[in-house]
Amino acid sequence: MTSERDSPLLTVENLRTHIHTDQRTVRAVDGVSFKIDRGETVCLVGQSGSGKSVTCESLTGLLPQPPAEFVSGSVTFEGQELLNQDDSTLRAVRGKHIAHLFQNPQQALDPVYSVGDQLVETIRIHEDVSKRAARERAIELLRQVGIPNAQRRIDDYPHEFSGGMAQRVALALALTTDPDLLIADEPTTAVDVTVQARLIELLRELTKDGMAVLLVTHDLRVVASLADRILVMYGGTILERGPIEDVFAQPSHPYTQALFRSYDQIDSRQERVSREDIPTSGCRFQGECQHAVEACTEERPPFYPVDQKQTASDNGQQEVSCIFYNEKRNPRSIRAAASEASPSMRGETDD
Amino acid sequence: MTDTEHASAKAETDPLLAVEELKTHYPITKGWLRREVGRVRAVDGVSFTVDRGEIVGLVGESGSGKSTTAESILGLEEITDGTVSFDGKTVTELSGRQLREFRRRVQLIVQDPEEAFSPRMTIGEAVAEPLKLHGMVDTERRQRIVEDLLERIGLSASDTQRYPHEFSGGEKQRIAIARALVLNPDLIVADEPTSALDSRVEADVLSLLKDIRQEFDISVLFISHDIDVVRRFCDSVVVMYLGKVVERGPVETVLESPSHPYTKVLLDSVPSLDPSDRTLARPLTDTIPDPAEPPSGCRFHTRCPALIPPEEITIESDLWRRVAALRFTLQTGELPATLADMEQRDATRIRDAFDLPEQLPDETVEQAVSEAITTLQDDGTAAASEQLAVALPTVCERETPTERTTGNAQVHCHRYDPDKPGEPL
Repeated sequence: MTSERDSPLLTVENLRTHIHTDQRTVRAVDGVSFKIDRGETVCLVGQSGSGKSVTCESLTGLLPQPPAEFVSGSVTFEGQELLNQDDSTLRAVRGKHIAHLFQNPQQALDPVYSVGDQLVETIRIHEDVSKRAARERAIELLRQVGIPNAQRRIDDYPHEFSGGMAQRVALALALTTDPDLLIADEPTTAVDVTVQARLIELLRELTKDGMAVLLVTHDLRVVASLADRILVMYGGTILERGPIEDVFAQPSHPYTQALFRSYDQIDSRQERVSREDIPTSGCRFQGECQHAVEACTEERPPFYPVDQKQTASDNGQQEVSCIFYNEKRNPRSIRAAASEASPSMRGETDD
Repeated sequence: MTDTEHASAKAETDPLLAVEELKTHYPITKGWLRREVGRVRAVDGVSFTVDRGEIVGLVGESGSGKSTTAESILGLEEITDGTVSFDGKTVTELSGRQLREFRRRVQLIVQDPEEAFSPRMTIGEAVAEPLKLHGMVDTERRQRIVEDLLERIGLSASDTQRYPHEFSGGEKQRIAIARALVLNPDLIVADEPTSALDSRVEADVLSLLKDIRQEFDISVLFISHDIDVVRRFCDSVVVMYLGKVVERGPVETVLESPSHPYTKVLLDSVPSLDPSDRTLARPLTDTIPDPAEPPSGCRFHTRCPALIPPEEITIESDLWRRVAALRFTLQTGELPATLADMEQRDATRIRDAFDLPEQLPDETVEQAVSEAITTLQDDGTAAASEQLAVALPTVCERETPTERTTGNAQVHCHRYDPDKPGEPL
């Protein structure tokens, strides 16, 4: 038996989240599995509509049901099952152990209370401390996330903070209970690059102290600057996973290559499969994939190690869900495209 | 050659848009008499040009005045001073037919396509509306133009009957581009047109804009905070900070070998695509000054890692940078977390917080720093900062830099002025 410390902090297995609308059912997350260790930063990347945000919001039951439905799978956090638990159980976990940070900080802040009131309230819900002590803690937290003049600014209202500063306040609020896992959905998308640089450094500090981060971003530069591991999503499924250095040096799934290639180019427009037309069986990317063959439509490919000397095992190595990597086929032409699509190989001439 | 041909040949060589010493200030008023108590100098002396067929990027942090510059050019904000000339004519002097003509020839694309369309109008109606407003009464002709444009941007003619909510964000932004094109403009002002889109869709929209520019020979003023996008898409770039231009020139020059310290900070704040390179720029402080009270001299001096030291002292640049960081951090009134507690504010702790040695090599600097530290221990952050300012004056704070040409870029920094101390970077 493995001890609590050795097992991953969060284990997601075969998660399926469907969203029911009047017309149809969207299989937003369609069989997703991954793990996050303590102190680790895992990045979810993929185009909009690929299921990144729904995955994040499924973990702690943040999505309203209906329209969402957690169809199957399991989400285990420190040995505790989270999926389809009652509200009070989830609220306790959400507040204390898993915190969320969103793109728009104003969403997380209540406009009619000062940030100090909100921080103090959150601290006192989870801990039996005096108002005074909670206020001291709140000032300390604001200082920790880099709010200048925290002592004075604690009594300001959310609208009195600029976008970057409001995001720091939202982060302070998320950190009040010293969470084990921070789920951050595009946290730096709405801020300036100079502010983003500070937020990146701040998140690095926090993971050094043992906090794990699940980060959703479409910015590959932010991914490169923070991630330990990366999960590439398309059509509600994970198509490639592995250590950041490996996936960036040798993107091996045709979709990862397409995604990376489009990153810093002005693409000539190509036919895209619209969200409604993404197949629900076989490889989800088959419709856009230039390598697609008949077998791609049959069943969803399992994960194959990119380095064929290894065996598939989900122990953190680079793996792809693509039939070209099985023993019988040869992914040569796909492999050949890897270095050209690699973001880290691209000549950076700005220094 | 006839006279008119001659005139147009001459006009070809003039820039399409020339902005000269543009100033747009907003008054800060108080009381019911709306007495003016101050001014936000959103744009405070900005000059640049956009040539025919050129794509010019306007970059800077929020609060730098990029969007106000664009709005002033379009006449959406009242200009305080300076001139905007379009095709040789001063825009503020236009009226009547000429003003309508200007409004036809210059079109705006906004950041959020959700805001750009009325939900009650089919996109056919939305794209045709400008034609109607500009007096094209022939419905069938309008319809033909709209259908043709929609096909050109990658939608189909039958889409004219559909409503905005039926389209994705990227498609809506393409429709916004179609609507901007319908009047056959010469200049498109695009304010963060791809910021709301994800990277694959962004690549689509940029490629569409680039095709259009080639096909129709349209100039674009492209406002963006995304340096990658500007690098890929623009011919030249104007870098703004707190209402002023700090550097401008061809993209290859300014973004590949920047001259101004602010441009460098901006570029080095963008994380590398190489996961093994995780260094990020650090300006002296992270506090962007209030545009109502901009710093004197060079506006970037309070954050500038390349601040010029007093001429009479000799100090290693790295050490000087830390002394300057001490001064401007104190000026913001903010101290690092380790110094928050007054009781623990001893000299060693203060020096440690700013990475300063026990004893600085230059006597003048050492004396100034140790005096400031003494003042600081009695909680005089402003007084300590003031002491450092007096003891270690810098030309960057005293004088406003003039525009200098270095290579093929224009830069506003004393380091590029041969009459001022400080070496070029």
